[in-house]
Amino acid sequence: MTMPKKLNNLTAHEIRDTLRAGSLTATQIAEAYFRRIAEVDPKVLAYVDVWRDYGLAQADKIDQAVRRGEDPGPLAGVPIGLKDVLCTRQGYTTCCSKILKGYRSPFDATVVERLEAAGGVFLGKLNMDEFAMGSSTENSSVQVTRNPWNLKCVPGGSSGGSAAAVAADECVLSLGSDTGGSIRQPAALCGCVGMKPTYGRVSRYGLVAFASSLDQIGPFTKDVEDLAIALNVMCGRDCHDSTSADLPVPDFTKSLRQDVADITIGLPKEYYTDALNAEMREKIEGAIAVLEKLGAKVVEVSLPHTDYAIACYYIICTAEASANLARFDGVRYGYRSPSSGDVHDMYSNTKTEGFGPEVKRRIMLGTYVLSSGYYDAYYLKAQKVRSLIRRDFLDAFEKCDVILAPTSPTAAFEIGEKTADPLEMYLSDIYTISVNLATIPGMSMPCGLTKRGLPAGLQIMSKPFNEETMLRVAYTYEKNRGFEMGQPPIGARAR
Amino acid sequence: MGKITREDVAYVASLAQLSLTPDVQDRLVKEMGDILQYMDKLNELDTANIEPTIHALAMTNVFRDDVVGPSLDREQAFMNAPKSDGEYFLVPKILDTE
Amino acid sequence: MEYEPVIGLEVHVELNTRSKVFCSCSTNFHAEPNTNVCPICLGMPGVLPVMNRAVVDAAIMVGLAMNCTVSKWSKMDRKNYFYPDLPKNYQISQYDLPLCYGGHLEVAVDGRLHRIGITRVHIEEDTARNVHTIGGGDSGIDFNRSTIPLLEIVSEPDIHSAQEAFCYLTALKQILQYLKVSDCNMEEGSLRAEANISIRPAGSEKLGVKTEVKNVASFSGTFKAIEYEIARQTRALEAGEKIVQETRGWDADRAITFSQRTKESAHDYRYFPEPDLVPIAVDDAWIDRIQARMPELPRARFLRFQEQYGLSPYDAGVLTSTIGMANYFEETVDAGAPPKQAANWIMGDLQALLTERKIGIEDCNASPRKLADMIGLIDNDTISGKIAKELLPEMVETGLAPKALIDQKGLVQISDETALLDAVRLVIGANPGPVADYRGGKKQAFGFLVGQVMKATKGKANPKLVNEILQRELSRE
Repeated sequence: MTMPKKLNNLTAHEIRDTLRAGSLTATQIAEAYFRRIAEVDPKVLAYVDVWRDYGLAQADKIDQAVRRGEDPGPLAGVPIGLKDVLCTRQGYTTCCSKILKGYRSPFDATVVERLEAAGGVFLGKLNMDEFAMGSSTENSSVQVTRNPWNLKCVPGGSSGGSAAAVAADECVLSLGSDTGGSIRQPAALCGCVGMKPTYGRVSRYGLVAFASSLDQIGPFTKDVEDLAIALNVMCGRDCHDSTSADLPVPDFTKSLRQDVADITIGLPKEYYTDALNAEMREKIEGAIAVLEKLGAKVVEVSLPHTDYAIACYYIICTAEASANLARFDGVRYGYRSPSSGDVHDMYSNTKTEGFGPEVKRRIMLGTYVLSSGYYDAYYLKAQKVRSLIRRDFLDAFEKCDVILAPTSPTAAFEIGEKTADPLEMYLSDIYTISVNLATIPGMSMPCGLTKRGLPAGLQIMSKPFNEETMLRVAYTYEKNRGFEMGQPPIGARAR
Repeated sequence: MGKITREDVAYVASLAQLSLTPDVQDRLVKEMGDILQYMDKLNELDTANIEPTIHALAMTNVFRDDVVGPSLDREQAFMNAPKSDGEYFLVPKILDTE
Repeated sequence: MEYEPVIGLEVHVELNTRSKVFCSCSTNFHAEPNTNVCPICLGMPGVLPVMNRAVVDAAIMVGLAMNCTVSKWSKMDRKNYFYPDLPKNYQISQYDLPLCYGGHLEVAVDGRLHRIGITRVHIEEDTARNVHTIGGGDSGIDFNRSTIPLLEIVSEPDIHSAQEAFCYLTALKQILQYLKVSDCNMEEGSLRAEANISIRPAGSEKLGVKTEVKNVASFSGTFKAIEYEIARQTRALEAGEKIVQETRGWDADRAITFSQRTKESAHDYRYFPEPDLVPIAVDDAWIDRIQARMPELPRARFLRFQEQYGLSPYDAGVLTSTIGMANYFEETVDAGAPPKQAANWIMGDLQALLTERKIGIEDCNASPRKLADMIGLIDNDTISGKIAKELLPEMVETGLAPKALIDQKGLVQISDETALLDAVRLVIGANPGPVADYRGGKKQAFGFLVGQVMKATKGKANPKLVNEILQRELSRE
């Protein structure tokens, strides 16, 4: 059954306008999206839990508010999916790990509260790599999400479900988390828009921690306007998060104008080497050309420590993760191994049985690099290299306003293609990882389809706390790129 | 690769409270060895005079006031407990004293 | 071979802030198990700590009281180890940049002052409490105590005897009590002490192998444990054995220390800076604010009491043993009482009454002003000291002013010479035997006769006058 045309492929701003005009109700919209999920998710496998009753109840509340003449909020009636790494009182929060199967959080993440207060309608929880560790969603203990553009391919990771759901119209907005590219890379592979805000922009309270100094929550949307609306709701100081920046949040929708005449684009020479896939390079250069034609200047910049970013990242993130995941021990919540023994046996059996292999591998690495005798050589060293990487970006931003780059070296790869060698998987994070290390904001947006019909992603980075310039450049490109991405086929025939 | 030994892996596993089967140990010796060797790349950089990034943001002094707020009720506290008697969280008897 | 003990003490103090250090749960000690808990102190997924400002204030105050340098920039760190009473399986503590460091304490030991160095004072969170008496092969865990704020105070190994350790702990507790930052109750666990003990040949610079003695429940227990451990190590070395570096517990019943080698013999805590908390930057203005709030410290007050009020060291020591008593004393003097008398009444009768009724001096219904009034009434002969002794319990019981009580109970002493003369004459007339005894040289009979006068006047006669008048009458004849 096809969705009625008016309910197909909506954006958040269209829903806002529609609700205001009264031509549709939030309940009608929610029901259409639940029908869509029933129709395509058996193939896409983005959702791990669908909240039909809860979502319809929220939609009903919105409709009642509209009928009373109240302003239901900037995201009123917008169907939203939540990565299962976010704590929700409704349903379960499992991080797609066996060790949290059945876990019910007694509190909502701050971001979830803000979206709900803004009128959002939650459709359910979305699939991810276990504890956000992975770049393909193949590490989920539940299922492997399929890329809506080619069901044999991965959607990217770790927020694979979040990206696929937006791409497949199974929601209009979704939330993911990004520690080394886990929003941007799946956005690129699935052909949607995804952003990691500056570290500290969005509260991490209620985000199950992977790497505390790198994690940020961010939105997946269909277009840049929706991104701005979502950011307005999500950003801002939270007293529950000591690392949440005490800075005013601008109205990001004011950045939605087509103007790049004053913009200088920086292209890091270390990124545009022969290693970059030729087809991907062509797509990026096409995007740059569009912006140049509209008046942007292009300069070459250098990020000399690019080659060290992956080593630096994997030391820091595994170290922090090894401590953050220590709490999963079967004492107060989550899985507890049924095998008998004393308390220490309970711990090791629980963790051994409850964590998947990638998680265990990272915990082992993280424990090692923090251990006595190795701390200076690894962890301390990596923290110093992190300072160098951050300085690279700040120096580059003296010469340019935004940096443009590929998001991923390749388009989506096939399921199973990269699982044999963990190091090879880590190396594919090359374009996204430095952004988290430097704490700057970064986003990905579609810049075309490859010959095989897979999306290519353009990454835009800007100075810390300057998402506005990034949004302006993105919006300008989006309105002038000269092509439409179209709908993903989700199987043999395009709809 | 000789970079990390089986004994190292066993020691780290005990620190991390993981129990590894012999073939998992062998696999980790190789995988961790490869990854750690890759990480040695960082030694190419002279960082003697570089300050480490101890905190991601340059902020200090974030505090809360000394005000009591609501706690969970017992039902919520024990909602996910694998084993409890409604008063305490229960674990197999802890033998070594504090 | 003469051995010198070398002892360092690590004291953990639970601060008496209203809420916990990283969450807003109550710190109330008497709550039912697992009712002062929240996702943060239960270590649930997705939570983050936020530092309680009052904890930092208290830590700075304690550091200043111990003559420490307050670090202009310090940070929190994660101390990683696995244990059921540690909900995150890491403890947020301070590793290499403690908030305060490099201080000292002057401690009086048998009349001599010893300076004991304070290595550091740092902030950390407390762990939950394990309960072993659940039965069914299980232990229970109560997370009320999880995330309660602790200060860890570490001394240099400048202590050389169990007695010195005892005096150090007493002085430390007194300072903390003056600062009102903790209940300092070892039985309730708000003060815990661990001793690092080693011995070395007298005159040697090199430190011996140390053991760590934990789980002592009182100051006197600490004293005994240290004495025992010194003796044990001495015996071992003299027998040619080596001391094993280990943790030892104190068995109060058998009065011995015993080895507590746990499964994790080597603790690799893998410390790294806590990424969820930001550094603490203390400027001079902050230090000044804390300094301004600090009360006069015990030692300074002890010396001032001797100088200002002419009190003996003993009296000054007793009166300054708690800030409550010291304040009470000074307020009594400020209200007009002579210092020596005020001291005697407070240290003697008043304290006895309070101890009996289990009341703290701050909760005493008889205010310093009222005590001063009472002393004034003795001094102007309105009542005798004896009457005052009966009055004081009433004052403590009811909180009424002495004047009101005297009027109510008619306790004004009889100083009317005529009335007293009558009473004396009556007694002399009624007791010919004792009178004759006295005149015959038996001095004790006088006391008997005085007693009879007091009895006849229901104790209200002014004893001084009775003495005078009786003397006069008996010497007439």
